[in-house]
Amino acid sequence: MNRFFDIPSDLQHSWAGLIGLHLREALLPVLGGLVLALPLAQLCVRLRWLYPPVLWVTTVLYAIPSLAFFVVLIDYTGQTEVTVMIPLTVYTLVVLVPAIVDGVRSVPPETLAAATAMGFGPVRRYAQVQLPIAVPAIIAGLRVATVSSISLVSVGTLIGNQGALGNLLHDATIYNRPELAWNAVLTMAVLAILADALLVGVRVLLTPWMPSGTAGRGQGRGRKEAAAR
Amino acid sequence: MNVLHYVNAFFSNDAYWQGYDGIPTRVSEHLGYTLEALALAALIGLPVGLVTGHYGRGGNALSLIATAARALPTFGLLVLMTMLIGFGMLPVMIPLVVLAVPPILVTTYEAMRSVDPSPVDAARGMGMNEAGILLRVELPVALPMILGGLRSAAIQIVSTATIAAYVSLGGLGRYIVDGLYQRDYEKVVGGATLVAALALATLALFWALGRLTVSAGVRRSN
Amino acid sequence: MIRIDSVTKRYPDGTVAVDRLSLEIPDRAITVLVGPSGCGKTTTLRMINRMVEPSEGTISIDGRDTRQQPVNTLRRSMGYVIQNAGLFQHRTIVDNIATVPRLLGWSKDRARTRARELMERVGLDASLARRYPYQLSGGQQQRVGVARALASDPPVLLMYEPFSAVDPVVRKGLQDELLRIQDELGKTIVFVTHDIDEAVKLGTMVAVLRTGGRLAQFAPPAELLTSPADAFVEDFLGADRGIRRLSFFSSAGLELLTAPIVAVDASAEQIVARATEDVPYLLVTGLDGRPLGWSEPGALTAGQVDTGRLLPCGRPFVAGRDSLRAALDCAVLSPTGWAVAVDREGRAAGVVSQAAIGEAIRGAHATDTTGTTGSAGAPDPAAVQKAAR
Repeated sequence: MNRFFDIPSDLQHSWAGLIGLHLREALLPVLGGLVLALPLAQLCVRLRWLYPPVLWVTTVLYAIPSLAFFVVLIDYTGQTEVTVMIPLTVYTLVVLVPAIVDGVRSVPPETLAAATAMGFGPVRRYAQVQLPIAVPAIIAGLRVATVSSISLVSVGTLIGNQGALGNLLHDATIYNRPELAWNAVLTMAVLAILADALLVGVRVLLTPWMPSGTAGRGQGRGRKEAAAR
Repeated sequence: MNVLHYVNAFFSNDAYWQGYDGIPTRVSEHLGYTLEALALAALIGLPVGLVTGHYGRGGNALSLIATAARALPTFGLLVLMTMLIGFGMLPVMIPLVVLAVPPILVTTYEAMRSVDPSPVDAARGMGMNEAGILLRVELPVALPMILGGLRSAAIQIVSTATIAAYVSLGGLGRYIVDGLYQRDYEKVVGGATLVAALALATLALFWALGRLTVSAGVRRSN
Repeated sequence: MIRIDSVTKRYPDGTVAVDRLSLEIPDRAITVLVGPSGCGKTTTLRMINRMVEPSEGTISIDGRDTRQQPVNTLRRSMGYVIQNAGLFQHRTIVDNIATVPRLLGWSKDRARTRARELMERVGLDASLARRYPYQLSGGQQQRVGVARALASDPPVLLMYEPFSAVDPVVRKGLQDELLRIQDELGKTIVFVTHDIDEAVKLGTMVAVLRTGGRLAQFAPPAELLTSPADAFVEDFLGADRGIRRLSFFSSAGLELLTAPIVAVDASAEQIVARATEDVPYLLVTGLDGRPLGWSEPGALTAGQVDTGRLLPCGRPFVAGRDSLRAALDCAVLSPTGWAVAVDREGRAAGVVSQAAIGEAIRGAHATDTTGTTGSAGAPDPAAVQKAAR
């Protein structure tokens, strides 16, 4: 156990350094994906015919195994962090576009009609009415994207040690030190859970208009029994 | 474009259409891993999702479990399991099942929760027992969403079953890993294309499954 | 007979939904539970088929305590119709209706045959059998709900606001259908509604519940209208009690004047002969006998009646079948102040003045034996229940 935090020197980082590197490699793509997804989703909302083909393309892209993606990019961006981050951005995009589109579409038509009647133009409607109500769906998508991003960075170890904490896995096998593998898995898991919790906190902050607690969403059948009629 | 060139070269190479490293062999291996993992994940996720969704309790526990499972890195689990258990199918199945259970579990639960309570109340009032209500009233209506969760899990498995190749097993990952180490980009691109094609085939399969199993009354009213 | 004996329902948070309710629901009649929200009417209904379990008290059906039987056996012996019908959207109409028979073990064929019989009985076209619920209108779906409840021919029918989710025109049609079906089948029906007019129209007996789950009055609707037990019931009944009471008086006793009726092709002498002193107008009918409108005798030219210049006679009432309320309404709406009575085929049977109707009303009140008229003090609820039996 005392060798748990003993990071081999060939990785050129301390444990904390690896964490920082990992977070950078994982979270920048998520941010990038979000920035790209918002306008794309808005396009899909406005032009309904665009959505199905976009969905097919994104499904195909999502299916491409991360390693294959990395390998193809090596020719263009070398064996660097960027090679890992581009596919991760694409994966984030793939998760976020349906999430945003569904979230925006879930705004009740009566609410939209009221906004239009009050004089909201299309951009303002999107920004001030549709997006805020879509926030829970968007954050749900962000949670999935973030957690899988943190997980996928580790595959980068196969292309020249670009996997941050994932590199520990490679070292674990070549030095036959299982505790390094435990370190990698547990650290990544904890990072993912913390990121997830942070995003839930952000959602709670951004949506004071929502009741807290997600169990029993939809029609609450338990409540019917207790209704005193 | 380079990539298309590689795709073309890969598929027109006769060597890839036969033998133990041929496309048919690798595809069927890959399908084998996928089906096994999907079946296991469904075996775990469906009953739990159906029952908790029917009774409406445990939703919070469920999302915690799902989040924790998602947090476990698939590649990391693979390496860890291999180091602990050795080589074989089990260290590959475990990460794949851990990956696939959350979408199935959560989607099934949500699907059951979103069923209209009116027919459920009517069924109970008519004297149907709880199992009957679950299977004959709620499930048929929740089916589209449940199939969506299964489809999502299936596509993730198809894509991630390539990890079997990291631990010297077969499947389409073989092309990608071998291609990486042999600097044979043709193989890598070919392998990736096959995986993408399988994913599309999975989409089509689930579409057909939906047409077969989902009642017309439910399909149209959605 | 369904006997509700001192039943109380108390929830863990302290709310008392039903408070020591005692009722005897008669067989083969429609009993309506009505009241404002929070009065426990729905809870009471749902306690009969044990969708909700009472905290205290017992409910027995024909002497057997409902808690003695396995709950699903109990429920399968009762029909249950709810608001919004609660149809199974994934099944065809005929399979929806066949649900309980199938639960009871009938063969598919037998159950479906029965289902088709019931479709006819509730007024649904046979072509709808293989359709799905989403293809039917709200009113049609409700009929399916009723058919489904009747499928296994249960003696008891529990109905919870079954007609409140449709528009008023459809609702009236459904209410009339229910009365017709009840005439044919004679079920014991317990019906919950918040609409007092629906209660008065449908109920043989009406139980008015007040907020907090206590019984305010249990009486036939006519008695309810004449002598509400207290201020709450009076309030709940709303205004126009007197006029609504008139729905319970038949128009059979009205004396109809047949003299002032002339046909379109009447000759001049006939017109003169028909004109009576006390009746300033003549009712002109078509050749088939149906009323077309009123006219002053002097304005009629023999053989050429200009139907465009006739005063409308509005909606006539069917003598003997319709109530005094319908007759009075006709008279009030008529530009001449006279009501037009027709027979069941729609042919003019006579005319009657508002004054004559008023006399008939006074006469009906005088001979009315259900409860007391006027404010002779609130009757004892127990006595009211006994009188209802």
